[in-house]
Amino acid sequence: MNQKGPRLGEPASLWRMRIVPVATVMFASALPLMLPLIANSPVLPPLGLLFFLCWQLLRTEMWPVWIGLPLGLWDDLFSGQPIGTAVGLWTLASIAIHYSSQRIYWRGFFHDWAIAALLVAIVQALAALIAHRHAAPGHVLGLVVPQIVISALLVPLFLRLTGKFDNFRLKRR
Amino acid sequence: MVRPANRRPGQSRKAQYSLFVAYVIAVTGAVAGLLLAILSVVDPVGFAALRVASQEIAAPVARVTRSVTGSISGVDDSVGAYVAAGSQNRRLRKELTETRRKLVATSSLQEENRQLKGLLKLQETDKAALANGYLLTSTSTSSKRLALLSIGRNLGVMAGQPVRGADGLIGRVLSSGPSVSQVLLLTDVDNIVPVRRASDGLPALANGRGNGDLDIRTLNIANNPFKPGDILVTSGTGGLYPPNIPVAIVVRRQDDGALARPLADPGKVDAVAVLRPYTPDNIEAQAVPAPTSAAPSAGAP
Repeated sequence: MNQKGPRLGEPASLWRMRIVPVATVMFASALPLMLPLIANSPVLPPLGLLFFLCWQLLRTEMWPVWIGLPLGLWDDLFSGQPIGTAVGLWTLASIAIHYSSQRIYWRGFFHDWAIAALLVAIVQALAALIAHRHAAPGHVLGLVVPQIVISALLVPLFLRLTGKFDNFRLKRR
Repeated sequence: MVRPANRRPGQSRKAQYSLFVAYVIAVTGAVAGLLLAILSVVDPVGFAALRVASQEIAAPVARVTRSVTGSISGVDDSVGAYVAAGSQNRRLRKELTETRRKLVATSSLQEENRQLKGLLKLQETDKAALANGYLLTSTSTSSKRLALLSIGRNLGVMAGQPVRGADGLIGRVLSSGPSVSQVLLLTDVDNIVPVRRASDGLPALANGRGNGDLDIRTLNIANNPFKPGDILVTSGTGGLYPPNIPVAIVVRRQDDGALARPLADPGKVDAVAVLRPYTPDNIEAQAVPAPTSAAPSAGAP
């Protein structure tokens, strides 16, 4: 047998299976700080959070429930929020996804969309309130509403992208 | 998607414990993180270093993308000018900015003259910049309005220094790393700047709204004295921002003040200057070497 070449039906390498999801979330978290965009309001959707939620909706059992701690810390470093915001909120979101996957027997596309949109809205609203504790809450929430709407509309795209990455992650050699 | 089957891991004690431990870690970490964020008055030094490191990672990429594409914020402007009337629109806009800049300069000079006549000992502050750089990128996904400045401690940038562009005030330096620093923009919800009206020196406070506009509030609430077109400059009160830097132009009256738009759009400025903070030490240090012809009296009152 040719040892150099790929063997038929061999599963993907363990490293690729583990690194691809984490790497996509980390890159998506860091990307907004690498674009030459000086924004006057939160205009970009939270890319890292969207990938994080979509991976968990697609593969609920892939990550332990505490994966939000390190990934959230990474996101906090780049997002400008007070450190600890995403650490807490992302972990609570992943607990919510694990809980919903127990409650809903056959989760379909529209379930996924609704869960992701709801969680993005809650996480972004709470993060804004934590970042501006001394400002009027109504005004602060008004700031993030456009971003939440854009994010909710983009969820199907991110689910598709996550699916593509998942195909690459599990592709047999 | 079907419900995952192995949630209750059967009779295996080990599997049950590991699942339980994962949940304990998650809940403890989440609570600790939220407490850290809410009580972040004590920003731990270790995390500050981590954040500086992350900015140093992002900055080189931002430099490259900026040099390739230019600033993205100008795109909407260019498209708008093309659709409307092409070059004429752009030229008129440029003239308007130029005129506005001159207007600001003259009105603040008038005010300065008035004060100089009153107080003969008033000293002109040194407007020389400490260092010059440009804004690389900003936190465009969160409600904090923070931008990365392309220079850091290598050029003497320190936390608390004011930052201005050619048109007006941009913000102040929040933290500085080895080669980049973080700027809290004028429009952040938590940024308050003491200003005064350029025409008559009426004091007010400018407070960011987080969406690119500013709230202006007067200090006395007798009546609402603002009218659209009023130009506001920094007053120097409070000692951080030097006086007479243009800040904003009033767009609309509101119930308790006015809505104003910053004169310098951070998305469109090319270069920004980092200034010395306006503290008594700095004012005196600049006043001593200045070769004033009149006899320099012993310090400002």
